Amino acid sequence: MTSADPSTPTPSPLPDGPVPSPRSAVPSAASIVRARRRASLIRFWRQYRTHRAGLFGLAGLALVALTALAAPLLVGGDVQSVTRAPGKALEAPSGQFLLGTDQFGRPLLGLLIWGARISLTVGLLAAALSVAIGTLVGVMAGHFGGWPATVTMRITDWFLVMPTLVLAIVLATVMSRSVWTVIVAIGVTSWPTTARLVRAQTIAVESRPYIERARALGGGHGHIMTRHVLPNVMPLVLAQTTLGISSAILTEATLAFLGLGDPTIVSWGGMLQDAREAGAVSSGHWWYLAPPGLAIAFVALAFTLCGRAIETVLNPKLAVPR
Amino acid sequence: MSTASTPGAVRDAAGGPVKTGPSRSADRADPGPGTRTAYPLYVAGRLGGAAVSLLAVLVTSFFLFRIIPGDPVSTMTHGAPTSAAQLAALRKQFGLDLPLWQQFTDYCAKALTGDLGTSYQFHAPVGELIMTKLPATLLLTGVAVVIYSALGLWLGTRSAWRNGGLGDRLNTGVALTLWSVPSFWLGLLLIIVFSVGIGPVPGLFPTGGMESGDTTGFARILDVAHHLVLPVLTLVAVGYAQTLLVMRSSLLDEMGGDYLTTARAKGLRDASVRRRHAVPNALLPTVTMVFINLGHVAGGSILVETVFSWPGLGGLFYQGLSVPDLPLVQGLFLVFAGAMIVMNLLADLLYPLLDPRVGR
Repeated sequence: MTSADPSTPTPSPLPDGPVPSPRSAVPSAASIVRARRRASLIRFWRQYRTHRAGLFGLAGLALVALTALAAPLLVGGDVQSVTRAPGKALEAPSGQFLLGTDQFGRPLLGLLIWGARISLTVGLLAAALSVAIGTLVGVMAGHFGGWPATVTMRITDWFLVMPTLVLAIVLATVMSRSVWTVIVAIGVTSWPTTARLVRAQTIAVESRPYIERARALGGGHGHIMTRHVLPNVMPLVLAQTTLGISSAILTEATLAFLGLGDPTIVSWGGMLQDAREAGAVSSGHWWYLAPPGLAIAFVALAFTLCGRAIETVLNPKLAVPR
Repeated sequence: MSTASTPGAVRDAAGGPVKTGPSRSADRADPGPGTRTAYPLYVAGRLGGAAVSLLAVLVTSFFLFRIIPGDPVSTMTHGAPTSAAQLAALRKQFGLDLPLWQQFTDYCAKALTGDLGTSYQFHAPVGELIMTKLPATLLLTGVAVVIYSALGLWLGTRSAWRNGGLGDRLNTGVALTLWSVPSFWLGLLLIIVFSVGIGPVPGLFPTGGMESGDTTGFARILDVAHHLVLPVLTLVAVGYAQTLLVMRSSLLDEMGGDYLTTARAKGLRDASVRRRHAVPNALLPTVTMVFINLGHVAGGSILVETVFSWPGLGGLFYQGLSVPDLPLVQGLFLVFAGAMIVMNLLADLLYPLLDPRVGR
C-alpha cells in the first residue's frame, strides 16, 4: 500500500502509465518503476514532514503501537485474570497502582496497556475490511459502468443513508458476541464513503489518455484495473483508511460500552462500561473513568491527524493547518 | 472531479460513526439529475428515490431480525425449557408459522399502518412506546443541532477567514480533539464534575432524567432547561467539529473567487465582503448538512441519552438492546433510518431552491 505512487491528484510530470505487463518486461523496467516509486515516496515524506500535526499523530501512533506490541512484556498476560488480581477493589491511584484498581482489584494501568491491543486490532482490521469492500466496489463500478454500476451505486447510496452506528449496533446484537462480530459489524457498515470516493477517482483516472493507450495495446479489464487504476487510487485509499481507523476505534469503544463486545476481553470501551457498572460515576471515581476515555481520544485523534496530513499532501487545495 | 471530492473528503474526515456517520457528501457535490431538468421532475425523482430507500429499509429490518438470529421463538424463550406445543403456539401468535414471503408482506403492511409489533419487555405496542418517547428526543437533538450548527458556522467562518493563523490552528485543533472524544465518556465526566461534584465544586446540574417532576408552568420549563444543559453540552462538544470543518473548507473554496476581488475593489470593508459576499455562497453545502445532521443525531444520541437517563428514543433503544427486545429494536431501527431518509430528502429538495445553479 505504501509503495503506491502518491502523486495522483496533481498530475505528475512523469507519465504514470508505462508499466508493461510483467512477462514482456525488459529487465530494466522493474528497476525503473522501483526507482520512480522510491522517488515519489521520498517526495511524499518531504511534504508530509512539513505538517506538524501529522508528525504529532505519527509519533503518537508509534508510541501506542509499541505499547500494544510490548504489552505482554510490560504487564504480562494474566493482567486480565479476575482471580489472580493483586490489589483490593477500587483502590485510588497510589505508588503501587499508578492508576488505581478496578472493582476486581486488577491494576488499571495494566488493563489500559492491554486494552490498546484490542482497540488497535479491531480498528485496523475493521478499517481494512471496510476499505477493501469500498475499493473493490468503487473500482468495479467506476471501471465497468453501465447498469451493473448503477445498481451497485444505488445499493451504496442506500447504505449511505442508513444510520451507521444503529446498523452496527443491530448487527452486533443479532450476531454472537465476539471480536470478529464487532469487526464485521463496523466493516460492513462503513464502506460506502470509500466506494463513492474510489469510484469518482477511478472515473477520473480512466479518462486519461494512457488508459486508452493501454487498451489499444491489448490490456484487458483486469490489467487496467490492477496495473493502472489501482496504483492511482491507492493514495486516496490510504488516506481514507487512516481516517477510517479512527472512526472504527470510536465505534468499537461504543459497542463495547453498550455491552456488545466480547465480555472476556479487556478493551477501553469495556473498561468504561465496567466503571459505570461499578458506580464510578455516582461515587465520583474520576480516576477510574478518565484514563480509558483519554486513551481512546488520543488514538482516534492521532489517526485523524495522520489522515488529514496525508490528504493535504495529496490534495493541497484542502489547506489543512499544519 | 477533484473539486467535487474535496469537501466530501473533509466531511468524511469528520463523519465519525459516534457522531453523525458519513454524510451523503458525494451526492451533495452533484445533487441535480441534470441542469435542464425542471424542479417538479426533480422533486418527483427524489420522492421516488426516498420511497425506494424506505422500502429497502423495511426489507433490511425484516430480514436482519428474521434470518440472522435463527429461530425467533427460541430467542424469545431465552433457552428456557419449553414444550413443543408451547413453541408452536408462540409461532402461531407471532405469525411465524406462515411462509417467509407472507410474513414479509404482513410485516410491511403492518409497518406502513404504524403497527410495529409488541415489545417483549414492556408488553405494550412498540409504536406507542416510540410516540411517548419521541418528544424528549426531538427536544434534546433539536436544541443540540441548532447550537452546534450555529457554533460550527461561526467558528468555521472565522477559521477560514484567518486561514493558517493561530486562531485557525487553535480552532481546528480543539474541534478535532473534541471530535475524537467518545461522547459517552465526555458525558460521564461531565456528570462527575458538574453533577456529583469534585472536591469543593458542588453538584450544579442534575445527574440525569428530564425533569424533577414536582414543578408546573414556567418553573417546569426552567427545570427541563436545567436538565438539558449537560446532555446538550456533550452533543455540541463532540458534534460541532463537523460543521466547522465543512464550513471552513467550503469558505476556503470560495475565497479565491474573482467576485470577492471585485467586492474588495469596490472598496467594501473586509467584514462586509465576508458577511455579504463570501459566507452566503459558502453556506450552501453547510445548510444541507444541518438537515442531514438532524437525521443522524437521533441515532447518535443513543449514548448520550443512555448516560444521562434521558427519557427518549436512544435510551429506549439501549433498554431494548440489553434484553434483547427484538420488536422494539426493530421498530426503533425503522424510525432512525426513516428519519435519515426524510432529512436527506428535505436536504435534496431544499438544495435547488437555495442554489439556482442546481437541478433546474
